[in-house]
Amino acid sequence: MALNLFLMLGAFLFCTGAYGVLARKSGVLILMSIELMLNAVTINLVAFSAFTHAVTGLVFALFVIAIAAAEVGVGLAIVLIIYRNSRTPNFDQLDQLRG
Amino acid sequence: MIAQHVVFWILAVGMAIAAIKVVTTNNVVHAALYLVAVLAGVAAQFLLLVAEFVAWVQVLIYIGTVVVLFLFGIMLTRAPMRGDENQSNSQRIGSAVVALLLLGLLGVLIVKAFPSGQEIVLDESLLAYSETGALATTFLRDYLIPFEVLGVLLTAALIGAVTIARRD
Repeated sequence: MALNLFLMLGAFLFCTGAYGVLARKSGVLILMSIELMLNAVTINLVAFSAFTHAVTGLVFALFVIAIAAAEVGVGLAIVLIIYRNSRTPNFDQLDQLRG
Repeated sequence: MIAQHVVFWILAVGMAIAAIKVVTTNNVVHAALYLVAVLAGVAAQFLLLVAEFVAWVQVLIYIGTVVVLFLFGIMLTRAPMRGDENQSNSQRIGSAVVALLLLGLLGVLIVKAFPSGQEIVLDESLLAYSETGALATTFLRDYLIPFEVLGVLLTAALIGAVTIARRD
């Protein structure tokens, strides 16, 4: 298996996630796009781990997965309180700071 | 080797389609379910790379926990579930241009830096490196302190999420 196949798959997932973060209204959908980007990074870590035969990449992949779980918990709590305060889950309607 | 390539391409095409659906569909629940397809594809790619422990952690944490959290988030924010409301904002075209430029840049860099000759050799020595016992030894010996810090981080995130979302 060529290494760059996995890297290209990771790059594609990352760019899809970046598009989602920029182009989505709902906070939940933005968090889903962030998950896509984190998974792209994990694919890269595991692919390099298999390429270099070093187990460190797998350890970092596990760290990324655990931190992503923590991030989703806090992120959804923030989306929830934004919804409670402004009655909308859409982040493009949050313009209280607009002058 | 041929069988691995076939499996890789089937998974990669399915993941790409599902990932695009995640960021384009107007139905929020469908987006979460397409996300399950992408995450399961990632787990299958891990199995292809002989990282079975990471693959099952991916299944347990992501598909088992994160997606359920997303579904709870969708229900608690009363997101429109019928899919008749446009979920993309007005900067869609600019975002697509940015994402395509980024993909082109990363693609050129990856092809230049890692040409096709660099292969992941799936042989006995890779099996020895990626077996769960070796991973556990590294994880709990060389990375013990980061592991403990991760436990503290998860506790902090748990308490933080409860504190933020609490109603009073």
